[in-house]
Amino acid sequence: MNLVDIIFYFFALITLVSAAITVYSRNIIYSAFSLLFTFFGVAGIYVLLNADFIAVAQILIYVGGILMLLVFGVMLTHKVINVEIKTGILNVVPGSIITAIIGGTLCGVFVVTDWFIVEGVPPIKSTTTEIGTMFMTKYLLPFEIASVVLLVALIGAAYIARRDKSKNQSA
Amino acid sequence: MTPELLVKLSLLVLFLPLFSFIVLVFFGKRLSRQGDWFGTSILFITLAFSSIILYSKLTSFPEPINFNFLWVDFGNVPLLGTLKITLGLVLDNLSAIMLVVVGIVSALVHLFSIGYMHGDVRYSRYFAYLGVFTFSMFMIVLTNNFFTMYVGWELVGLSSYLLIGHWYEKKSASNAAMKAFIVNRVGDIGMFAGILILFYTFKTFGFNEIFSAIGSGKIPMESEGWLTASGILIFCGAIGKSAQFPLHVWLPDAMEGPTPVSALIHAATMVAAGVYLVARTYPIMTADTLMVIAYIGAITAFISATIAIAQNDIKKVLAYSTISQLGYMVMGLGVGAYTAGFFHLTTHAMFKAGLFLGSGSVIHAMHNALHHQKDHHTDPQDIRNMGGLGKKMKITFITFLIYTLAISGVPFTSGFLSKDEILAGTLAYGGLTGHYLIPIVGFFVAGLTAFYMFRLVILTFLGAPVDSQRLEHVHESPKTMTIPLIIFAVFSFFIFFSFNPFGASSGWFFHAIERPEAVVPIAVQAANNVTFEEALHHSHTPAMILSLIVAGIGILLAYATYKWKKINADAVAEKLNPLYKFLLNKWYFDELYDKMVIGATLSFTKILRWFDNNIIDGIVNGSAGWTKAIVFGYTDHRKNTRYSSLIFILFGTLLSILVAFFTGQWFWVQGAIGTAIIMALLSGALSFFFFWSGAGGFDKHVVDGLVNGIAYVSGFFGLIFRKFQTGRVQTYIVFVLFGVMVLFYIFR
Amino acid sequence: MQVGLSHYLFLSGILFALGLYGVITRRNAILVLMGIELILNAANINFIAFARYGGMQIDGQMMAVFVIILAAAEAAIALAIVLNIYKQFKTVNVDEINKLKE
Repeated sequence: MNLVDIIFYFFALITLVSAAITVYSRNIIYSAFSLLFTFFGVAGIYVLLNADFIAVAQILIYVGGILMLLVFGVMLTHKVINVEIKTGILNVVPGSIITAIIGGTLCGVFVVTDWFIVEGVPPIKSTTTEIGTMFMTKYLLPFEIASVVLLVALIGAAYIARRDKSKNQSA
Repeated sequence: MTPELLVKLSLLVLFLPLFSFIVLVFFGKRLSRQGDWFGTSILFITLAFSSIILYSKLTSFPEPINFNFLWVDFGNVPLLGTLKITLGLVLDNLSAIMLVVVGIVSALVHLFSIGYMHGDVRYSRYFAYLGVFTFSMFMIVLTNNFFTMYVGWELVGLSSYLLIGHWYEKKSASNAAMKAFIVNRVGDIGMFAGILILFYTFKTFGFNEIFSAIGSGKIPMESEGWLTASGILIFCGAIGKSAQFPLHVWLPDAMEGPTPVSALIHAATMVAAGVYLVARTYPIMTADTLMVIAYIGAITAFISATIAIAQNDIKKVLAYSTISQLGYMVMGLGVGAYTAGFFHLTTHAMFKAGLFLGSGSVIHAMHNALHHQKDHHTDPQDIRNMGGLGKKMKITFITFLIYTLAISGVPFTSGFLSKDEILAGTLAYGGLTGHYLIPIVGFFVAGLTAFYMFRLVILTFLGAPVDSQRLEHVHESPKTMTIPLIIFAVFSFFIFFSFNPFGASSGWFFHAIERPEAVVPIAVQAANNVTFEEALHHSHTPAMILSLIVAGIGILLAYATYKWKKINADAVAEKLNPLYKFLLNKWYFDELYDKMVIGATLSFTKILRWFDNNIIDGIVNGSAGWTKAIVFGYTDHRKNTRYSSLIFILFGTLLSILVAFFTGQWFWVQGAIGTAIIMALLSGALSFFFFWSGAGGFDKHVVDGLVNGIAYVSGFFGLIFRKFQTGRVQTYIVFVLFGVMVLFYIFR
Repeated sequence: MQVGLSHYLFLSGILFALGLYGVITRRNAILVLMGIELILNAANINFIAFARYGGMQIDGQMMAVFVIILAAAEAAIALAIVLNIYKQFKTVNVDEINKLKE
């Protein structure tokens, strides 16, 4: 057990425990906040995998953007009196069974498959420059399309969410 | 000035009007004053550019400037070989002069229209159409190949259609627009065929390439007849656009359009496109082609001049006079007086545009006066309702008189110069070839022209007013209308074309435009330049004297009849009643075409209709009945139809015998004779059964049974599956995942 | 045991299963969305793990970046839809929303 391994297990533990809380907690606010820790844990895993840019992007976008959106969604769709916002569950038995089957299958596949692995540790360096270059060269078209998709999503989200309620009722 | 700069300038000249069209057609209504200033100023800019082009072309670049670009490269086309289409433009003296002519007329007509079309419903649309017309006209002028020439040709036809039908609420206007379009199309088909012949032979559209190929001895189908044919076919396009006999019928009707349009399109530029086309393609014209052209021109000039005498509508008179003058130009080109023909185009464009604008001014004034009197029945265009307008509309009257002098061929006018040259050319042609009919017609028409034009002037501007009260309300038109009139009048004097009032050949125009040498084989060439110049030289003086005499006689007759009343016009018309009726009804051309073309088409369609009703429908209905018979069986079918049941029995029997025979044959080969006989009988019986009781039986029991069975089974399963349809997304996800896992474990 | 590719894969597999369980069992639409985010994160871990151990350093990471981009767009749109549903049905419980129209 060297240091890297310890760090890995640490982050993996954070990720899995907080993910489990997210999924199993009856309190939606608890879920949202434990999701925050999941994202942090995943970001740590990214760093371990030499993906520093993605790790930062993960924190910025998931924690700063998506999680905020989710919390806002919680606030806007519940009459917030206190932090105890309970939600129900359903399909517990079939859900558990199918999840178990799929998780088992996935792990089985991971074990059985003889993965192609390049030996040796790649040099540890910042990937930001390389990703920037790739965006402007090999992935220029997907990059542009992604920008359009984001714009469309922005406009579409604003349009859908702000649709006038009274107008809908009268229509 | 470099040639490249000139090419760039001419491209600018070409596309500026298109730009004006685009702006006006999309944003015209939003611009202040609906954008009239925009179109007009753009046109004046192009006029300035084209003047620069003409000046530098004449002073610095005697050689034609060609500009080519590869439009499309088809590579290796089967049956044709390599095929490239090169387009381009040419700047020689011909196109440079034509540019300025089109530019001047178009710009001034824009200016005039501001006053004339004031308050029109589709004011900006009108200016947009003027722009697209000017663009397409420039395209025709600048092109150096048949391809863009044809494109421009059709665009010009289109814009003419749009502008004639500008007031399309009026039935007569929309009809006239359609007539113009369709009649033009007849000529265009000829032109198209001619272009196709040339392209088939030379694999190129370029004028220069075709000329040099013919010059090196390559001619269509190895036959001079085909060359003549292609020349005449291309001339067909000119017949349509330039309103030559027998397709001249559309031009008088085209006067339904706004008067400035008549001036621009139907007097000065578009109709001259035909003449320009002949001038452009002159080198490929054989002697026979030129003779045809000369005769067509002469016939047109004669017919329309005679019709013009009897017309009473001011614009109709001008329209027929236009056709007549176009006939002159065509005749001039046909006899070999190339320069004179084109010269007449230029001078005629100026004074005929002026005449139309003048008539527009008169109509405008009459219209306002009648409107003021609340008189909506009197026709503001009928010259019998006018008279004495000269006193009230001084500028219009004086300019109109100048144009009339020019068109009648009175000395010191531009018309005198050009007409005289054409008449000299016809005389020379008569002397060279013996076709004396052409000069005779030419001189006669010159007299007629003088007569009917002065009739028009006297009835409109001089003499006693028909209604003195109405005259009180007649006023001179606004400045935007009178300024173009004055400018055109100035250009109707000789000084702009030649310093010698009695001979144009010393002027700059005759130096700039020289008759191109024919490239066709010597055997079918017309008289060459040297011979023709020689003959022309001799016929010049007699032609001038003769033309002066006939013009004088024409003018005197007009004065005697309509001013001094020495001759009673009505009495003459009474005495020559059949002739008068004949002329008044325009030689019954419309009626003739109505009977011949439309009548023939109608009776042909009647035949087609009979064929369709009886033969085609018979076949269709017969096969339908037969199919029905197969489907529902003979017994059902017998009750319904008379004939096809018989056919059906015959066919069914035949088919069953055939099937029996072939199946039997096949088993025969196999060697089992007994089986063969059984199979033959069986298949025969089966097919006969099918035809007898129909495939319907099969359909009813077997096919329907299958369908019903499937429906029942699916209904049964549907009842079971309904249990799974909870309407919850998550349940579905669970099902899908189960399915995925099952599939995974099956196929892993 | 040295941490290698399979460790990361196991991690992502478990994360995926947890996310899936959330998607299937929660009634609240927003919690369903959280489950989807977990699934996307699991996929991203896979991408980057393969990029690190499979020798395709940057291309795998590029995929992860695009996944994050699409996740952001998806979250925005989905929440907008949830808000709209809440306005219409006065609930965000997915099992109660079974009408196409009010």
